[in-house]
Amino acid sequence: MSGTFVGMPAFPAAAHGAVADRTLRANLRHATHTIRDKRARAVTELDDWAELREAGKQIKDHTLRHLDTYLVQLEEAVVRAGGTVHWAVDADEANSLVTRLVQETGEREVVKVKSMATQEIGLNEALEEAGIRAYETDLAELIVQLGKDRPSHILVPAIHRNRGEIRDIFEHEMASWGRPAPEALADSPAELAEAARLHLREKFLRAKVGISGANFMVAETGTLVILESEGNGRMCLTLPETLISVVGIEKIVPTWRDLEVFLQTLPRSSTAERMNPYTSTWTGTSDSDGPRTFHLVLLDNGRTDTLADEVGRQALRCIRCSACLNVCPVYERAGGHAYGSVYPGPIGAILSPQLRGMGSEIDRSLPYASSLCGACYEVCPVAIDIPEVLVHLRERVAEGGEVVRNGARITVRPAKGHAAERAAMRATAWAFGRPGILRTGQRLASRTRRLHPRKLPGPGKAWGASRDLPEVPQESFRDWWARTDGGKGEVK
Amino acid sequence: MNSRERVLARVRRAVGDASDSASSSYAQDVPRDYHEQHGARTAAETADLLAENLAEYRALVHRAQEADLPALIARLLAERDADSVLAPAGLPREWLSGVAARLVEDSPDSTPHELDEVTAVVTGCALAVAETGTLVLDGSPDQGRRRITLIPDHHICVVRVPEQLVSSVPQALPRLDPGRPLTWISGPSATSDIELDRVEGVHGPRTLQVILVE
Amino acid sequence: MRVALFLTCVNDTLYPDTGRAVLKLLNRLGVEVDFPMAQTCCGQAHYNTGYRHQAEPLARHYSDVFGEYDAIVTPSGSCAAMVRELYPRLGERAAAEGRGDELSRVLAPVIPKTYELTEFLVDVLGVVDVGAYYPHKVTYHPTCHGLRSLGLGDRPRRLLEAVKGLELVELPGAEECCGFGGTFAVKNPDVSAAMGLDKVLGAESTGAGRLCAADNSCLMHLGGTMSRLRTEIKPVHIAEILASTEDDTEGDAT
Repeated sequence: MSGTFVGMPAFPAAAHGAVADRTLRANLRHATHTIRDKRARAVTELDDWAELREAGKQIKDHTLRHLDTYLVQLEEAVVRAGGTVHWAVDADEANSLVTRLVQETGEREVVKVKSMATQEIGLNEALEEAGIRAYETDLAELIVQLGKDRPSHILVPAIHRNRGEIRDIFEHEMASWGRPAPEALADSPAELAEAARLHLREKFLRAKVGISGANFMVAETGTLVILESEGNGRMCLTLPETLISVVGIEKIVPTWRDLEVFLQTLPRSSTAERMNPYTSTWTGTSDSDGPRTFHLVLLDNGRTDTLADEVGRQALRCIRCSACLNVCPVYERAGGHAYGSVYPGPIGAILSPQLRGMGSEIDRSLPYASSLCGACYEVCPVAIDIPEVLVHLRERVAEGGEVVRNGARITVRPAKGHAAERAAMRATAWAFGRPGILRTGQRLASRTRRLHPRKLPGPGKAWGASRDLPEVPQESFRDWWARTDGGKGEVK
Repeated sequence: MNSRERVLARVRRAVGDASDSASSSYAQDVPRDYHEQHGARTAAETADLLAENLAEYRALVHRAQEADLPALIARLLAERDADSVLAPAGLPREWLSGVAARLVEDSPDSTPHELDEVTAVVTGCALAVAETGTLVLDGSPDQGRRRITLIPDHHICVVRVPEQLVSSVPQALPRLDPGRPLTWISGPSATSDIELDRVEGVHGPRTLQVILVE
Repeated sequence: MRVALFLTCVNDTLYPDTGRAVLKLLNRLGVEVDFPMAQTCCGQAHYNTGYRHQAEPLARHYSDVFGEYDAIVTPSGSCAAMVRELYPRLGERAAAEGRGDELSRVLAPVIPKTYELTEFLVDVLGVVDVGAYYPHKVTYHPTCHGLRSLGLGDRPRRLLEAVKGLELVELPGAEECCGFGGTFAVKNPDVSAAMGLDKVLGAESTGAGRLCAADNSCLMHLGGTMSRLRTEIKPVHIAEILASTEDDTEGDAT
């Protein structure tokens, strides 16, 4: 379909199936509406939400402006506290680094805390190739891993699955990964959580290597912070002898005090709780408490390219709460898989094309995967103006321009498949500069109004498959105004 | 150029000249117009709020005088048939004077599998945050290593009020040492991973009992 | 006060009744309204589809046409938002491209003078009861740009509540987008249609006979869906309700 006026790209094609999938639609609707209302209540409880949001935004913006300084400060603090710091320019480098670090321990398996960064770089697949098995321990990640599925939500990667589907996955798949599901497993969330507890416990207790990401890294102290609910994070962070954390370079905050903002805004935006059940902070290694070896891998993988775009860089403020997904009417209907990335929803639509560049059809289609309704911006706890960035990226697709890729400034050409649209935009802009031309066009439309169908062929089908076209009136307002002298000559 | 230098160079190119003098502009750049705490409360009201918020997330809250603590702890353990109890080295031993269950010391040599055999753990805490219903453990001698409050299925945590109680997160952070490994606990372990509906009880202790000692 | 009507290209071409309703309403309230014939389009569709540079001349044209008026009234939340929220950004982006503040200066005068209709009524004229009569059960959809960009708040609701004979009923999920989104409607037709369908079904469930909004673009999408589904409920622009009086047959102006 690409090459038509509407430039039909990858997201719409992927969304087509999702919209028609009634189970998926019902699952997403149920889950997102449940959390949406709860989040609103949790946020309303704080009468200084606007000030917390502003502070969060400014902390992140300040950090991004001085990111080099804070990265060096963080590195020094982590090393001082007994950790080792590694730097990875891209996914391949991060994957080979982590693989080597695991191999050096002599272990063949690792337990993982849910981490967007390691999903982004495809770490599990890289480890698998090296003969190392990575066990996901977050309940939703476990569901995705056992179901040989893809994540569809930042916070709850298995949001597209309902309890019945999860029960079936556990029953059929757990045995081949370790302890089988209990006999006659029911589909209540409590029983399913219990099944996960039993299945993963043996893995936690024998684990020698843990792999995590981090929600925050404090530059002044070298402290890493992880917020979680289940306790799988605590297991992975405290029981293994070696801990490897792979963290995007934008996760830094300057000071310990800065956490007072995000520890208030993140849980409420994310799980709609005053506070999540468990938050762990650690600084390097501690004597006889927790891992004896700690590696921090600082990941770029497109972040510095994003930082170079002065409109788009605000996406790096993201704290991965997923409030924008939960409130998005497009996400609710298209589902997370349609975004073709580990970062779905509104934030994914601006993050993926910036981190990966716009070389693929899916990445060029993502900026259009929004009606620009602004609900995402409204709920964002760090005030990322997602509609602004979406429009900015659309401009990049439609008009081309200068971007930074892999650290080098290049000029991209306007995307193919938008030629007809571009011509139409130019033509209408030209005509709108000339009221007389507009008037001629309106008259032509009015004169031929009896001939207009309520559905259109060709690209117009996209409108007409579900909606009639409006009837063209007998005369335009401007013609009526001219004919009646602004209504004064109107005979009623 | 190694990867470290490459990433730092890319950052500097991306942000232009803005990267100098970070510390000088930090205070100006970050407005802190939010509250230090939400609303004014007496010490007693703060304790009530902590109890209320802990209970909302399914922690079981008990109030006691110091003198009644040994009997209360003994009763709570007995009610759940605890046959072994972990006790960090710095926990006042008189608190456990009435406990019938076998006492297990927090030792660096004990394996996770051994800890998995223990039914309960009793600790103090570094502080508690009323507004969020949170206990913070910092590995002090009365709290022990992080894993002892993780593997046993029943955790009893003693909070001294008002000394260990703060209202808000902004009041909590300056009282904590970032150099120590911290665990912030708000209710028993839970998950929202099935249909975004919260259920309690996954990998951490499924029973969290909090005793506010006045 | 010299007041201009910026009707918008969509209304001018497809919904002249809305223009006549605004005129009738404002005249009734004692406001003389001019319709500068040189007006065309604010450039919103161009801007939002990624053709910012094509939108610039349209913004300049808008400024040329309307610069001399004291107030510019438009019956479109999204076009008002284009001027008020995005014209400043056009200027900022031009400056960032090394073109100085020339565009900002050209656009600055019209930005604060541009009002969405319900804002003009409530904030500038200070009226809530406009003397309208509309004997229908109505449900109101607050469009996204009106709600989140302009912050219209309860202005439309207060105006509707003051209309004689009108029964206002709550629209479930009112604040959720209808799925129009300009070119989104044709670039992502499946999702757009699904959103429109949910909005229409929600409106129908209220038992209202009219779905009211302050933007005909959204109503074109919802009305097209209603027409295809042959629903009882019909779309109506808020201006047409507020213009209606007892003299109008069936209570509908126009």
